[in-house]
Amino acid sequence: MQASDRFNINSQLEHLQAKYVGTGHADLTRFEWAVNIQRDSYASYIGHYPMLAYFAIAENESIGRERYNFMQVFRQQQMHFDMALLEDV
Amino acid sequence: MDVDAEISRTQEERRKLEEALAAGAPMAVSSVTFDTDLYGGGGADPNRFAGYDTSIPASEDDAAEDDTEAANPAPRRLAAYTGHAIAAADLPRSADDDALPKRSQRIIDREDDYRRRRLNQIISPERHDPFAAGEATPDPSVRTYADVMRDAALAKKKEDLMREIAKKKKEEEEKEKEKKAAAPEQPAATTKRRNRWDQSQDSDAAAGAKKAKTSSDWDAPDATPGIGRWDATPGRVGDATPSVRRNRWDETPTPGRMADADATPAAGGVTPGATPSGAWDATPKLPGGVTPTPGKKQRSRWDETPASMGSATPGGLGAATPAGYTPGPTPFGAENLATPTPSQIARGPMTPEQYQLMRWERDIEERNRPLTDEELDAMFPQEGYKILEPPASYQPIRTPARKLLATPTPLGTPLYAIPEENRGQQFDVPKELGGGLPLMKPEDYQYFGTLLNEEEEEQLSPEEQKERKIMKLLLKVKNGTPPQRKTALRQLTDKAREFGAGPLFNKILPLLMQPTLEDQERHLLVKVIDRVLYKLDELVRPFVHKILVVIEPLLIDEDYYARVEGREIISNLSKAAGLATMIAAMRPDIDNIDEYVRNTTARAFSVVASALGIPALLPFLKAVCQSKKSWQARHTGIKIVQQIAILMGCAVLPHLKSLVEIIEHGLSDENQKVRTITALSLAALAEAAAPYGIESFDTVLKPLWKGIRSHRGKVLAAFLKAIGFIIPLMDALYASYYTKEVMQVLIREFQSPDEEMKKIVLKVVKQCVSTEGVEADYIRNDILPDFFKHFWVRRMALDRRNYKQLVETTVEMANKVGVADIVGRVVEDLKDESEPYRRMVMETIEKVVANLGASDIDARLEELLIDGILYAFQEQTSDDANVMLNGFGAVVNALGQRVKPYLPQICGTIKWRLNNKSAKVRQQAADLISRIAIVMKQCQEEQLMGHLGVVLYEYLGEEYPEVLGSILGALKAIVNVIGMTKMTPPIKDLLPRLTPILKNRHEKVQENCIDLVGRIADRGAEFVPAREWMRICFELLEMLKAHKKGIRRATVNTFGYIAKAIGPQDVLATLLNNLKVQERQNRVCTTVAIAIVAETCSPFTVLPALMNEYRVPELNVQNGVLKSLSFLFEYIGEMGKDYIYAVTPLLEDALMDRDLVHRQTAASAVKHMALGVAGLGCEDALVHLLNYVWPNIFETSPHVINAVMEAIEGMRVALGAAVILNYCLQGLFHPARKVREVYWKIYNSLYIGAQDALVAAYPALEDDGDNIFSRPELAMFV
Repeated sequence: MQASDRFNINSQLEHLQAKYVGTGHADLTRFEWAVNIQRDSYASYIGHYPMLAYFAIAENESIGRERYNFMQVFRQQQMHFDMALLEDV
Repeated sequence: MDVDAEISRTQEERRKLEEALAAGAPMAVSSVTFDTDLYGGGGADPNRFAGYDTSIPASEDDAAEDDTEAANPAPRRLAAYTGHAIAAADLPRSADDDALPKRSQRIIDREDDYRRRRLNQIISPERHDPFAAGEATPDPSVRTYADVMRDAALAKKKEDLMREIAKKKKEEEEKEKEKKAAAPEQPAATTKRRNRWDQSQDSDAAAGAKKAKTSSDWDAPDATPGIGRWDATPGRVGDATPSVRRNRWDETPTPGRMADADATPAAGGVTPGATPSGAWDATPKLPGGVTPTPGKKQRSRWDETPASMGSATPGGLGAATPAGYTPGPTPFGAENLATPTPSQIARGPMTPEQYQLMRWERDIEERNRPLTDEELDAMFPQEGYKILEPPASYQPIRTPARKLLATPTPLGTPLYAIPEENRGQQFDVPKELGGGLPLMKPEDYQYFGTLLNEEEEEQLSPEEQKERKIMKLLLKVKNGTPPQRKTALRQLTDKAREFGAGPLFNKILPLLMQPTLEDQERHLLVKVIDRVLYKLDELVRPFVHKILVVIEPLLIDEDYYARVEGREIISNLSKAAGLATMIAAMRPDIDNIDEYVRNTTARAFSVVASALGIPALLPFLKAVCQSKKSWQARHTGIKIVQQIAILMGCAVLPHLKSLVEIIEHGLSDENQKVRTITALSLAALAEAAAPYGIESFDTVLKPLWKGIRSHRGKVLAAFLKAIGFIIPLMDALYASYYTKEVMQVLIREFQSPDEEMKKIVLKVVKQCVSTEGVEADYIRNDILPDFFKHFWVRRMALDRRNYKQLVETTVEMANKVGVADIVGRVVEDLKDESEPYRRMVMETIEKVVANLGASDIDARLEELLIDGILYAFQEQTSDDANVMLNGFGAVVNALGQRVKPYLPQICGTIKWRLNNKSAKVRQQAADLISRIAIVMKQCQEEQLMGHLGVVLYEYLGEEYPEVLGSILGALKAIVNVIGMTKMTPPIKDLLPRLTPILKNRHEKVQENCIDLVGRIADRGAEFVPAREWMRICFELLEMLKAHKKGIRRATVNTFGYIAKAIGPQDVLATLLNNLKVQERQNRVCTTVAIAIVAETCSPFTVLPALMNEYRVPELNVQNGVLKSLSFLFEYIGEMGKDYIYAVTPLLEDALMDRDLVHRQTAASAVKHMALGVAGLGCEDALVHLLNYVWPNIFETSPHVINAVMEAIEGMRVALGAAVILNYCLQGLFHPARKVREVYWKIYNSLYIGAQDALVAAYPALEDDGDNIFSRPELAMFV
């Protein structure tokens, strides 16, 4: 850690990581970053009702179905993520 | 010349004189040598010299000692640790020490005797760690829990035995006394006062006779050990546990006290234990020395526990045992033939006291050394003198203490030996240490002395090398400069595991026990422990008790930060070592015989509870509180609960029920102390739980209730306190009932003479009265009469705590019964003859009136009140806390318009007092004006105010700055309420009078003056010619140097007002010139002022000149301009959008400058600019600037990188997160780690700032095999 970090929020990088899952570091792999992007995106879609409504119209699905689908992406992704971790081990 | 005849005559005369003296001739001094015509005849009044000392005592302590032999020696012994006043004066200090005499920094100097008892504790040897050892049987050499418990039990048994013996002895003595009283009085003349000096001449028979008579503990025969000691510490008899103080000489040597076994602090070189009791007469006490405690045969632990320093002082000193420090039977032994000189002694470890003593002695010796024959020959003429033989009876004084450190002459014959040259000899100047080590203080030699040995490091064993390394680091932490300290601390932390827990703590902990430790040093060392703890983790287990011994005293330190620090350490320690180890370490101390140990242990336990959670500790606490073995254990257990409540506050609520259950049986304990502490603990729990948790206290209500009826004295006080804190938790109905019940007891106790009881009663009354269900009528009729009768007496005003408590309680009552009742009762007392009492009355009235207003007060009372207040105000002699002033102000403000009839009288008083001789009185009068100015305005007394204004104006020549400041404040208050136009004297006269006062350097004057000037510049600038304002501008520049921020801020604002009044040009010119000065603070303030001027007069009036100034090829000026721009854009905010294009070229240049500070300041200007113009359509300029800012992201200087990062953050706000993300993407996966690190840092702050906004801007990633990265949703289009 550099001296300059002492004064700003980066000073507690580990703490920060725990608090904001999506933050990264120099050793982050492409895969991990991509997973974060995915999660952020779908979480954002689910969080913004107008967005959900828009996607629902575009895909001609109910809003609830859209939300369910997005959640499924999460689940799948989690599976992949676990597998990837297993492969690493 | 017949010299011989003359000599023989003189000798004859002297002999006669001596005989006469021996025969007891009255006041022989008057009959000797001096001139009778000058001093008067001797015969006239033989008693003229009675009361004078006929000889000067040889040592300072001498006189004191004669008459205090019977008094308690314990406190004096402790006081002696403060060292020698003379020697302390020229202790070497750090170089930056200024000449001002400083208050002592040492902890020991501000401690009371109780807290000093920490020095009696011993750092116990490490203990067995069953966790680490697993199943293995502990090595017999290691102390296990069982050993410790056994020792504790032994100590306890011993203590009981001692008490028994003491009791018996006392009984015997009493019996003897009775016998003696019966027998006829014996003539006491035969026993002359013992003289310590004439011991050698005394015949044995006489000594024997004396012994029979004397009761001095010094003479107590060795056969009855302990009794003497028992008597010697009477200070502790009043103590609850009249325990024998553990004699530290008997136990493991405390390294704080002795460097090794050889160095006894009793610097006299006389050993307590080994000398027969008669020899005590021969040892005078040493100035600054430590009173040796009479020896007592006790199990010695010298052999059992290695002193931690003992191992640390290898080789070097072993041979150099100075005789003066050897606790051998006599300092003059044949085995000491090779006694080194004192200078050699200095190389060995010494206690600081010894060092100081030695230096003092050396100094005196040097000056007072006996003249040699040669010197005398040179001084006196050859003729007329004759060298005589010393009389046969002459014996030079040889008592060792007199010759404290002089080289002992072997076998008493002064033989000259050629001194060996000693290169290691240390003179007054402390020796330089190699390797960039900081200087040692004399007290440090005993710890760090070995660092001075210039041994080859390679020859040392690895263990020793490690030790040396630790010592060096510690010395740097303790005495080094901040950078040294920092690196040393870091090294200690990093290598903690490598060094190992043992060597580390063996070095650190003794340092903390050093009697001369200073606050700062302690703080640093504690910090070391904290860091090391974190690293060592479970390795600390064997050292837990050691650490606790050193840290626990911090918990009762009077310094708040020390207490916090202590708590933190113990909390970390318990997290590192675990609950089981903590309990095992502290369990033996719970029923320690020493109250001090139990007290600190209880506090430490409460910290453990807060660190590991109360539930974890509950089973243990339960067991302790029910201990059948000793009441001390129960007492401590219950005390732990009390401390937990105090420490954790409302966090006890979840466990309240179990905590109360654990201690409730203590209310009916057989021991009175246990009952008391139980009640106090309940009070603490109730206080912590308030206003919840009454149901937990259900079970204790009944015993408490019975208790307050059956107990008396201290216990009753505690029970009352408990009830008093429980009542506020109750429902209104119950509270009212219980209050009425308990009030009977309270009212009875109103008249108790006991101070403690008084305080508790007041507290309980306050609690009860403030409870919801208690009605005003009840208080008015049943409580008030007795309350005022017993508490509102003069005596209560004398003790500060009583005073405060009484005022608080009365104010609480007033909240219930209203202003009129309370004020009506005390108003007469404003004219009481006792000033402290008047002050107490005034403070109560002030608080009551400020709380509740004055609407209750009727006309009659109002009259009485004003009358009383005026009287009290005028009669006051000293009022440091401004009680009278505040009271006056509060009452006048509360009464508002009703004061109008009294105003002329009040103003008369003020005017009269403004003219008083005493500065304090004048100051108060002026202060009073500023308090009542608003009310005067309400009463439409503008004319009166104008008059006061003129009077104050006349007093502007005041020479006392405090008073002048108050006068300016009063003028300001008047100007504020009556406005610029109506002000008398007119502003145009007033302001020129203020200009010279601006030069005054006194803070209070400056502050009030600048406020007044600023006020005038703000509201009434047109009354004063522009030239006067310019003059003031120049004065204001000086004020930017002020230390107080408030003054600088007021000054800077005043610049703004003046610029507004007379136009910015002249002011700006002045300010821009001021950018060239050297002082940073001055320049910073100037830049702020420029920014403020720009803000008040619109930026376009200032910017051209400001930007033009950037062309001055001078670093300070250019930076000043940039800084002004930064402040300017910060202040003008949105207005910046009109100027951003104008300053962009300048910022471009600055951001490309070679100078770091240029870029830093420009970056911060960019930040403010970006934040100000966000959303206002200046993106083109901002992107342009961002391109200049971005390359600076690789800067490493902390301030620069901070400014750059903030500029980028600002850009994120103004340009949107997507833009910055695009800048970021290029480096997130850069091959160079250094680059990636920086880019990820930017990415993280971007992410935290605008997580959601990034979703739309993330790059589209291709799916990769099984992994689906694509997010097609955003591409959808309806």
